[in-house]
Amino acid sequence: MTNLAILPILIPFLAGILLAFTHNRILLTRRLALVFAVIHVAAMGFLLIQVLTEGSIVLETGDWMAPYGIILVLDPLSVLLVSTTSIILLAAVWYAPASVSREQESFYFYSFIFLLVTGVSGAFVTGDLFNLFVFFEVLLMASYALITHGGQKVQLRESIKYVLINLFSSMLFVTAISYIYAVLGTVNMAQLAERAAAAEQPGIITTVAILLFFVFATKGAAFPLYYWLPRSYIVPNPVVSALFGALLTKVGVYSLIRTFTLIFHQQPEIMDQLFIWVGNLTMLFGVIGALASRNIKLIVAYNIIPAIGFMLVGIGIFNHDGLSGSIYYLLQDMIVKAALFLLAGIIAALAGTSDINKMGGMIRSHPLLGWLFFLAGLVLAGVPPFSGFIGKLLLVRGAFEKGETVTVIIMLLTSLLILLSIVRAFIRVFWGEGETGKEQKRKYLRGILPAGFLMLFTVFLGIGAEAVLPTVQHIADYLLNPQAYMELVLKEGR
Amino acid sequence: MEIIMIVLAGILFGFAIYNILQKQLLRIIIGTALLSHAAHLFILTMGKLKRGASPVLTDGTENYTDPLPQALILTSIVISFGVTSLLLVLAYRTVKTNGTDNMEELRGNDHD
Repeated sequence: MTNLAILPILIPFLAGILLAFTHNRILLTRRLALVFAVIHVAAMGFLLIQVLTEGSIVLETGDWMAPYGIILVLDPLSVLLVSTTSIILLAAVWYAPASVSREQESFYFYSFIFLLVTGVSGAFVTGDLFNLFVFFEVLLMASYALITHGGQKVQLRESIKYVLINLFSSMLFVTAISYIYAVLGTVNMAQLAERAAAAEQPGIITTVAILLFFVFATKGAAFPLYYWLPRSYIVPNPVVSALFGALLTKVGVYSLIRTFTLIFHQQPEIMDQLFIWVGNLTMLFGVIGALASRNIKLIVAYNIIPAIGFMLVGIGIFNHDGLSGSIYYLLQDMIVKAALFLLAGIIAALAGTSDINKMGGMIRSHPLLGWLFFLAGLVLAGVPPFSGFIGKLLLVRGAFEKGETVTVIIMLLTSLLILLSIVRAFIRVFWGEGETGKEQKRKYLRGILPAGFLMLFTVFLGIGAEAVLPTVQHIADYLLNPQAYMELVLKEGR
Repeated sequence: MEIIMIVLAGILFGFAIYNILQKQLLRIIIGTALLSHAAHLFILTMGKLKRGASPVLTDGTENYTDPLPQALILTSIVISFGVTSLLLVLAYRTVKTNGTDNMEELRGNDHD
């Protein structure tokens, strides 16, 4: 029973290895990849129901008792995130034939996608800080391969910066772990939480926490460490951009939520303000970047950044509404960002350019594509009744409760500017003179289905909020009470 | 002993940052390699340096060497070895296709 906790890592890992053997037979590989993705979604759906009804699953690998061995924890937060990841994986694998060239596909493209998901799921389920670093490296290794996949001039130019910044922050991560080990003598997250609370050395723990904050903020693209993101996210294939935009930065945010609610909440007056102000600046600068851009892929890539800001503010607010808002926003943003990148990929492929000034009138030949893009924009800006609205409502309510009026103003202003940036792109591309992408390129149009599939989920998260919200609020309560996590993991140690 | 090691790690960090801030791609890669060495020395020192004692094998041992930092370093060394070799290959390809190893010339806005 407890062995089920390994499934989120094991299924994509095995799939990645098996697909490497069939890489020369493209049709077979495509079908196998789809089958594996469907199996993964089914398994994660089963685990989701299992965890939400029966309670969290903790796997102590190799039967080493909790604080000593490596542990995997499937609690409600992890299981929600791995299920969302599996849905995005399915959409990506489904979309891939529409945009990846056959030659690229034969160079282990699907293997790398599955290995990326292995790392992401591993980061979500691990209960050990050093193991988190290892899974970060697994997903980064796969991402290095994917971002350079194709080997164009511009891709290599941007990816070397991506690799360097990630390598640097990984080494800072190792350094931060060694500090933590020196202060608290363990790397198990539950035991860290227990010892950090008992240590009564808030000064040094906060110092280490800020170093770790910089590491996760670099991975998660928070102000001022986001400058590497937009350019490097638009150079690879749209599928890869969608996976990166949906998963990689969110792993950084997840790590922040996990470690800072559990371990590093020693000096709330410092940490909360740090989160709130970094979040505010991230929202503002990200959306300014989106407004300043004329490249449709760049507009979508810049829109990742304000979303990260919203989540950081939610962590900083640190009350029931703030945290539930953050988690809700995290879930819906993963899906809607993936959908937007896929749609932007189709638009750019049909138009033959990604400059929105050179497009126009696309709604006449591709109405479905246009309305899906418009819908995604509404979701992103948080127009009711879509899912972005629910997350923002919770965040605003939490901020008012805490008395952070400035943050509320910045959040609302940012939402408005996000709407402006997306609607302007929509108007330029789909309305107006000319008729871009008139000739039907069937290959690219096959990508609309998976993007629509993802949009279904975001619409469900908005209209069906009644069904999802209680779970998210339960997770927020659970995060506000670290004792629950400690008891879950260390039950046998005492 | 710990003091000497920490100073050494600090010096390595300093050299690493200096090299990373250079314009030539190869020097940046050397910088990242030095950075990983510094981080690894750091982990080793943080677990306290002791000699001549074995890890805990029986109950009642009072003087022992902490095995965890060594396990962590081993993992970290393997990872940084892999990443460094990938980075070297990537840098080689980048220099070949872009025709320059100067980071100043590797930026640009022509991403369409």
